[in-house]
Amino acid sequence: MIDTATEQALPADAVEAPALWRRWTSGFWRHAAPVVYGLIAGGVLLLILGKNPVGFYWTTLESGLLTWGGLMQTIIRLAPLLLMSAGFIVAFQAGLWNIGGDGQFLMAAALVGGLGSYMVDAMPYGLALVLLCVMGFVIGGVWTIVPSFLKAYYNMNEIITSLMMAYLGINLANLLIKGPLLTTTSFVPQTNVIPFDYLLPYLPGTKIHIGIIIALVVLAAIHYMQTRTGYGLRLRILGANPKAAVHAGINVKRDIMTAFALSGALIGLAAAVEILGVWGYVRADWNPAFGMSLFAIVFLAGLNVMVVIPFVFFFAVIQIGGHEAARQAGLPNDFLLLLIGLVLFFMVLTEWAREKGWPRMGRKTVATVSEVRAEEAVDNG
Amino acid sequence: MGGRGRETAPAKPDAATLVADECTQDLVAIELCDITKVFPGVRANDCVTFSVRKGEVHCLLGENGAGKSTLMNVLAGIYMPEEGRIRVGGSEVCIACPRDSIDLGIGMVHQHSSLIPNFTVLENLLLGQGKGVRLSVTEATQGLSRLSDLLGVEVDPSTVVSQLSLGQQQQVEIIKALWQGSKVLVLDEPTSMLTPKGIEDLEQVLVRLKGEGLAVVFITHKLHEAFTIGDRVSVLRQGRLVGTIEPDTMRASTPRQLQQMVVNLMFPGEAESLANVAELQDLSDVVGSGCVGRLGEPLLELEDVTVAAERGEVGIGEKLSLTLHAGEVLGIAGVDGNGQRPLAEAIAGQRRVSGGDIRLAGKSIRKLSIGARQRLGLRYVTDDRLGEGIVGRLSVAVNMVSKSIGSPPFWTRGRTHPERIEANAKTLVDEYHIMTPSVETQAGSLSGGNIQKVVLARELSFGPKVVVFNKPTYGLDVKTTTAVRSRIRQLADGGKSGALVISTDLEELLALSDRVAVLSRGRLMGIVSNKPGAEQEIGALMIGGTHVD
Ligand SMILES: Nc1ncnc2c1ncn2[C@@H]1O[C@H](COP(=O)(O)OP(=O)(O)OP(=O)(O)O)[C@@H](O)[C@H]1O
Ligand SMILES: [Mg+2]
Repeated sequence: MIDTATEQALPADAVEAPALWRRWTSGFWRHAAPVVYGLIAGGVLLLILGKNPVGFYWTTLESGLLTWGGLMQTIIRLAPLLLMSAGFIVAFQAGLWNIGGDGQFLMAAALVGGLGSYMVDAMPYGLALVLLCVMGFVIGGVWTIVPSFLKAYYNMNEIITSLMMAYLGINLANLLIKGPLLTTTSFVPQTNVIPFDYLLPYLPGTKIHIGIIIALVVLAAIHYMQTRTGYGLRLRILGANPKAAVHAGINVKRDIMTAFALSGALIGLAAAVEILGVWGYVRADWNPAFGMSLFAIVFLAGLNVMVVIPFVFFFAVIQIGGHEAARQAGLPNDFLLLLIGLVLFFMVLTEWAREKGWPRMGRKTVATVSEVRAEEAVDNG
Repeated sequence: MGGRGRETAPAKPDAATLVADECTQDLVAIELCDITKVFPGVRANDCVTFSVRKGEVHCLLGENGAGKSTLMNVLAGIYMPEEGRIRVGGSEVCIACPRDSIDLGIGMVHQHSSLIPNFTVLENLLLGQGKGVRLSVTEATQGLSRLSDLLGVEVDPSTVVSQLSLGQQQQVEIIKALWQGSKVLVLDEPTSMLTPKGIEDLEQVLVRLKGEGLAVVFITHKLHEAFTIGDRVSVLRQGRLVGTIEPDTMRASTPRQLQQMVVNLMFPGEAESLANVAELQDLSDVVGSGCVGRLGEPLLELEDVTVAAERGEVGIGEKLSLTLHAGEVLGIAGVDGNGQRPLAEAIAGQRRVSGGDIRLAGKSIRKLSIGARQRLGLRYVTDDRLGEGIVGRLSVAVNMVSKSIGSPPFWTRGRTHPERIEANAKTLVDEYHIMTPSVETQAGSLSGGNIQKVVLARELSFGPKVVVFNKPTYGLDVKTTTAVRSRIRQLADGGKSGALVISTDLEELLALSDRVAVLSRGRLMGIVSNKPGAEQEIGALMIGGTHVD
């Protein structure tokens, strides 16, 4: 795993260009290699299933990245995924295991979707959209209060409590959609539909809603918070050594509560953006379950909100393009999850091997490993 | 123990003859040849050649960051050297991981505890067993109690390690290393947390083990220990081996001469300026060197304080009252694990008092948070520098301001000013001679002594009113120890601040304090003014009497 803490608050001295280039290429290969391995393994699997792997991958690439429509789809998907990743990173970096992202997501989605149509009717639509985004943000945050309170004041394991809250959230969201928020206009169990014209506006000349802009701005803000504010440093200390945080006189209880809330809030915002940008309503039993796949991705990105962007982009390409490829190849959508699983698996594996200084090529490698470490330290500066 | 236990060996005649054989051949147990180990920005070991013979204690000295621990970690299989060879018993070996090292019969007491905190003492010892040896718990308990008796250790084998004081953990580590029946024993600053009595016990055990043909590497910063325990002394400086004093010379020279030699090797060209270095004075010189008689206002008052013990630990069971005055250094003597940490943490606010009151400059701080107490000028220098003192993964610079997050000049309106943090760190690194490749280096990668300097620099750099020092000089080399002691003295001599110094090192307390309080089993046994004869009084209090000055 990439050592997150080598990432330091202070800027590194300017690095000479060739070194920078070398570092960049070696860094790129480090991240790209597992993807290649994963795709090869997936290819073998496709062969066994009697499909053409080259064709499959080509279709994936084509419909996820190389066609304008596909690329737009991918970017649209990127928005909620990035916001959610940011949410997880905020919590994980503070050493808080917010496992309940899907609960926070669905609670926010259900309420935003359910109340959205009423809100856009009742007030100017721009104001309604802003309020709905704020609402998603707040609901996501509120849904973390129970686990974070129990963690801060009774040191109860937040993995368990946030997971419980996720079950609760997912089912409560369904209940709401089938109950008080049920549509009045159709027989399908879903919320009222926000009229198409009232959804988030598109970027000029595209069909991409502005969610991606919101996501990127939020990510930049989070990055600034983490690297350039006292609050960010406090959270890093909390995550790296909780005992040291206590010893340093940091108000640990307050910071646990706020970090957890911010994490949930970002996930809630992700839900709001997805609903207001793409769907306009929420169907009962809808659960995209983005959370689980993102866990691994944010760790592989070293819990760095900037590094996570290309990772999530790749993930979105597979989700969007692979969907089409699987359809064409006559494979169930599960195959995609399998493929993503394989890539993640190889990512973890190569990361582990790198930690071990493996493959060893004589004793020299040891030096190379420490060099890599040093580079990383500079890298993350 | 499958007969590997060292303490059972002398009973066997074959073992005795074997030892005799080895002695005549003067066999080298371990040889490190031309070891070079490079870390980013430092050559921690530069072509070091080092060997230990069987039946010998080889002391390794050197200033903080000289590369002592690194060299031993190479032997322990923790680091792979870039260059160099290792020979064990004459044949070249490759030590790629700690397991290899243990299998070669190398036992190691690391500078910082490597016990598993959530396991009990007994479980930790069992973990140290070689593979394939089944061991009954009763047998293990017996073995443990035998070893504890030898070392004068009092630990309950069923205590969870995290509840032990660091001094007790150190003792358990020593027992663990002996327990494995190693052929080579490496002790990296094993005495840094022990009392004089504990050190004496350890010395005796080492002498016995030596007689059995064990090879011992002994790292310490206390020169007199090196001369009494060591047969040979080597000095490392900036990663290079700069000199070895052979057994003949050792025997032929007086401790004074040896000290001179070692100091010259460790700090060439600074010999004169080091004339007053703590180590180089006799105990009689230091007693009464505190300045009794001109105590100012009460600064820190403890009134009937009790602190509940956590599992397996000694708390402050009896009401404890104590006053620290402005301009005073108040020492707290006692064996580690007798309530020092609960006391210090209660003052710092890391633990609740279960009774009584704590006042800072007349104001009760019992209910205040840690941060609030810090803002009132109360600082706590923890003895657990790796556990809570620093954040190992963050940079030296950040660690130096970790107690001032959010406050100017490093933060204004919540915004970080990296250049100010960096400048601050650079000043402190220079001032405290902290050996680090840069201020951006991860604090956890510094040598033990240099980490201690980071902690001290942080606490002293913000004009504190009251500082609680828990073993302030633990792991520091002679030169730095002296510097730190004089800083603590200066702090108090300013007349506005006071220092509470907890230490297991009586000599240190006598060199520093105006008064010394004795803590035993969570009870304040008495307070002694630091005047000639204080040493005996303190000794008596430690054993049992009560005396209040
Ligand atoms: N894991 C590491 N990564 C980077 N640098 C390291 C690491 N371990 C040690 N060093 C560096 O190597 C040098 C020697 O460190 P070492 O711990 O061997 O010193 P030491 O002689 O044991 O000092 P001390 O008396 O303070 O314990 C130091 O400058 C330290 O910063
Ligand atoms: Mg060391």
